[in-house]
Amino acid sequence: MTRNALPVWAEIVLLPLANIVLAFLAVGVIVVMIGVNPFEALKLLVLGALGSKESIGYTLYYATNFTFTGLAVAVAFHAGLFNIGGEGQAYIGGLGCGLAVLALDSILPGWLLIPIAIVAAALFGAAWAAVPAWHIVITTIMFNFVASALMVYLLVNVLIAPRSMTPQSRGFGVAGQLPSMPGSALNLSIVLAALCCVGVWVFLWRTPTGYALRTMGHNPDAALYAGTDLKRMTMLAMCLSGALAGFVGVNELLGVHHRIVLDFSAGYGFAGIAVALMGRNHPAGIALAALLFGALQQGGAELAFDIPGMTREMVVVIQGLIILFSGALVQLPRPWLQAVFARGR
Amino acid sequence: MQPLTRTSPALELCAVDKSFGAVHAVRAVSLRIAKSAITGIVGENGAGKSTLMSIVYGLFQADGGDILIDGKEVRIASPCDAIAHGIGMVHQHFMLVETFTVLENLVLGAEGGPLLAKGLAAARAELARLARDYGLAIDPDALVADLSVGEQQRVEILKVLFRGARILILDEPSAVLTPQETDQLFRILRALTAEGVAVVLITHKLREVMAATDTVYVMRQGELVAERRTADTNPEELAELMVGRKVLLSLDKEAPQRGQVRLRAEGLSLTDGQGVAVLDGINLELRAGEIVGIAGVSGNGQSELLQVLAGIRKPTGGRLTVCGRVLDVDRPVDPAEMRALGVAHVPEDRRRQGMVGAFRASETAILGYQAEPPFSRNHLLDLPAAFSHCADLMARFDVRPRAPGLPSAHFSGGNQQKLILAREMARKPKVLLVGQPTRGVDIGAIEFIHRQLVQARDEGCAVLVISAELDEILALADRILVMFEGRIAGEVEAGRAHERSLGLLMAGATLS
Amino acid sequence: MEEALILVALTLAATLRMATPLILCAMGGLFSERSGIIDVGLEGKMLMAAFFAAATASLTGSAWLGVLAAIAAAETLALLHGFACITHRGNQVVSGVAINILAAGLAVVLSTAWFQQGGQTPSLGESARLMPLFWPSAGDNILVYVALLSVPLTWWIIGRTRFGLRLRAVGEMPLAVDAAGISVAGLRYRAVLLCGFFTGLAGAYLSIAQNAGFSRDMTAGQGFIALAAIIFGKWRAFPAFGACLIFGLLDAIAIRLQGMRIPGVGEVPVQLIQALPYLLTMFLLAGFIGRAVAPKAVGIPYEKEH
Repeated sequence: MTRNALPVWAEIVLLPLANIVLAFLAVGVIVVMIGVNPFEALKLLVLGALGSKESIGYTLYYATNFTFTGLAVAVAFHAGLFNIGGEGQAYIGGLGCGLAVLALDSILPGWLLIPIAIVAAALFGAAWAAVPAWHIVITTIMFNFVASALMVYLLVNVLIAPRSMTPQSRGFGVAGQLPSMPGSALNLSIVLAALCCVGVWVFLWRTPTGYALRTMGHNPDAALYAGTDLKRMTMLAMCLSGALAGFVGVNELLGVHHRIVLDFSAGYGFAGIAVALMGRNHPAGIALAALLFGALQQGGAELAFDIPGMTREMVVVIQGLIILFSGALVQLPRPWLQAVFARGR
Repeated sequence: MQPLTRTSPALELCAVDKSFGAVHAVRAVSLRIAKSAITGIVGENGAGKSTLMSIVYGLFQADGGDILIDGKEVRIASPCDAIAHGIGMVHQHFMLVETFTVLENLVLGAEGGPLLAKGLAAARAELARLARDYGLAIDPDALVADLSVGEQQRVEILKVLFRGARILILDEPSAVLTPQETDQLFRILRALTAEGVAVVLITHKLREVMAATDTVYVMRQGELVAERRTADTNPEELAELMVGRKVLLSLDKEAPQRGQVRLRAEGLSLTDGQGVAVLDGINLELRAGEIVGIAGVSGNGQSELLQVLAGIRKPTGGRLTVCGRVLDVDRPVDPAEMRALGVAHVPEDRRRQGMVGAFRASETAILGYQAEPPFSRNHLLDLPAAFSHCADLMARFDVRPRAPGLPSAHFSGGNQQKLILAREMARKPKVLLVGQPTRGVDIGAIEFIHRQLVQARDEGCAVLVISAELDEILALADRILVMFEGRIAGEVEAGRAHERSLGLLMAGATLS
Repeated sequence: MEEALILVALTLAATLRMATPLILCAMGGLFSERSGIIDVGLEGKMLMAAFFAAATASLTGSAWLGVLAAIAAAETLALLHGFACITHRGNQVVSGVAINILAAGLAVVLSTAWFQQGGQTPSLGESARLMPLFWPSAGDNILVYVALLSVPLTWWIIGRTRFGLRLRAVGEMPLAVDAAGISVAGLRYRAVLLCGFFTGLAGAYLSIAQNAGFSRDMTAGQGFIALAAIIFGKWRAFPAFGACLIFGLLDAIAIRLQGMRIPGVGEVPVQLIQALPYLLTMFLLAGFIGRAVAPKAVGIPYEKEH
């Protein structure tokens, strides 16, 4: 029951904020450990993320990917499942939309091809999530590795562009390319991300199926009692989750690279976990968290350029700490917050 | 504090007080537990008796007051201290490791050294002695998972005696026993008191208190409201003290007006994954306008029967006909379809099956019905409709507080149960399946729920009640079936049923 | 005939070489899981330990200091996991995943900051490594023997000691342990620390025994495979050891398969060989999951609920 409840606004806003503050304090410690001035680093980070039109564009482009994987993890969480396979699902989803474009870009016009490619991304991503349905944690992780090997094999042996040395496919025809902002990677798929946010919200909280899914996440026995087929619902949740992760491929391949390349999903799958946790598994929170992570990614890349000691992996460390503080150590700041509120009363 | 009499009480509590946040669970309770006697502590759910004993056992720390053992003040900071002072507790839900043997469970915490071999050997010898002295025979190498419930309880008692307990606290011990096993338990307890052990019995079963105890304390809402010598009181007085007003212990109901058969099970069987026959050839009939009660000790297939009847589980053999629709292993049906046929189901475990604690009451009010109009149109939920439906249910069944927006977990057990019952009864079902209708529910709500069930019966509903409380079955049912090991062991008309014969059936014996 | 014997001996040696980190991780993970704490973070602990072993060995020239550093690093992460799961009753899988991600990033960050080699540590000379003891071509360094000994040791601790009895009890029914007057948290912390010890050794093996330094992501999922081995072994020491050997054997065979032509199929793609351990883990898990019986209380944070 409500043993240690804080006022509602504190639960939804203050507590998550406190978690993030703790995570960043921990990051600060590590930054100092490697001999960098944390405040200098912070300044460069913010400038790098938001300092120019192009950098804002890049921030939003990254945020698009984080939105997709964040939503993917959140939908699975609501069903009581932990989808750690976002990396693989994003990768294979990209394969799906890439194949659709490679097959049809000389036949169909853009306005028809792009939606088909989006659906292909969803189907491939869903399939990659549906197969490892048993011990979901281990098998989805295994499938990440398998996806990696599969993509390398395909790009080196099957899909490689003729006369090319690098493992990548031929370029997509114009019909298969999403319009993008000049100077940055931001492209139309951000609209898809926004639509997905709304769609996920409506599905989870305004439809009977979403209700059943959330019931299963809280209480599988109650879902069974209410007539839900648990296996089917698990499959549905994983497929939706995989499909959402697969849209990363739409952003990366249709929007930026315009060809199938290696490793375009690297890190987004795991970051999605951090985004979902930080956003409390709610599309509104996820959108905000995705923006923050986008800024971190863009700022972090700039930081790696400017400061010799910094690498891109610093962002990975931040993600890990955020998952830790927002996921496993969620209640850590509670006693302090309660003391503050008790004194106030 | 009392002046020392000839013998100080084994255990004395002085103004013990405990709060959990805003909930004042125990209010300055003072009592004395005498040696060589059985003392009962009665009260409704939430009266504070279990909390009080948990403090004595060191699972919680009191906020104020003293605990004295043999007249000396002691500090009990953990179960370790309690055990050291000779206090032993047998919990309502057994604290046994099912994958261990009896012997391993016995030595847990008192292994007698870092290597097991010696301690186990010593324990084996001690177990043999205890079995001789108290008549508590048990196979030391049996896996606890293979033991019957009565035997498991014996292991719990042995555990406590093994650690040298002189004060034995039992929390609702007969909840899981047949009447005959309960008698056996009380004989064992008498034998212990003859050896000087002080026994504390926490229970809400008034007839057992009358039968087994020497002294009884009554607790209500955290306070100690009365102390009586058992010989000087009766169940009616105790019930009134427990609730604070006169309580009708029996239910006024008229004879049933039976109608057509709504549910028929023929040879219904269920074999689980390990090949165990959980249900074995169940035959039963349920007619409109009657209440059929299924009695039996928990674990004899009642839960599974309820699941099969509600469409949650597919039978592996036999046939079930519900409102004209046939179900068997080849033609399974799902709970949603059962609901459409007019079958309503109040589950046994409301917290795990009947509701989602994190959902608002308005969302719990549509659990199982969320895809049907008026709660959903065009695949979209109509939340205002759910809200007003919930408000309506709350008004009709007196659910408090009247707040459909409140998370379901914030309601008391009784109010949760009333909401779930309201939800299922609101649709005027043809068949109402109810499991453990008043488990964990206070007396006032129990009366209400029983009256609602009888009213449903009078309005033509076919009601099936499965309950581990024999008193409840005796009060509600027009016909009583007893389940034992997955079979119907016997059927008795309500007017001719009494505890003794039902108890025999529950234990698998046949009536002569 | 002699050739066949040599082939068998070489395969056996290769199997042990590949299986050693799996065995050590599996034994460590066994303690944690039997006590009721899911540990998905075996991978991260091993990785961190590998980095610190190589870094310390590189800086001090001593392999043994490297081993100590590896254990210290793994124990630190283990305590973090314990703090989150035991004291704070957090979600155990999330904590494990967090530790994996954190370790992956931190190892590279620290490595780049201290060695400026893009995530690698400098190549170690023989004096700073743990070299084979008796058969150089078999690669039998001391950690391989430690791994082999760890199996009966784990079996004995869990099955024949007071600590082991209490450990098993707390993984099945922590309430019973609490009611018996024993600290649930204390037992679980000890289990988690034992896990850290063994995964520390596993990490040290990777970077200063089997190889000559740390490279990024060198654990390559072996921590998860060790977890799978625990499940196949039904949470028992010797069967888990058997599962680790099977995985080691598959790895050893896979390396030999590379580049070979299979009649009718053609050359086996190198990526398939790389993916083989992961695919096999999944297929085997699929067959086993229904029958595996985990410790009853695994994954459920313990809260007094009166």
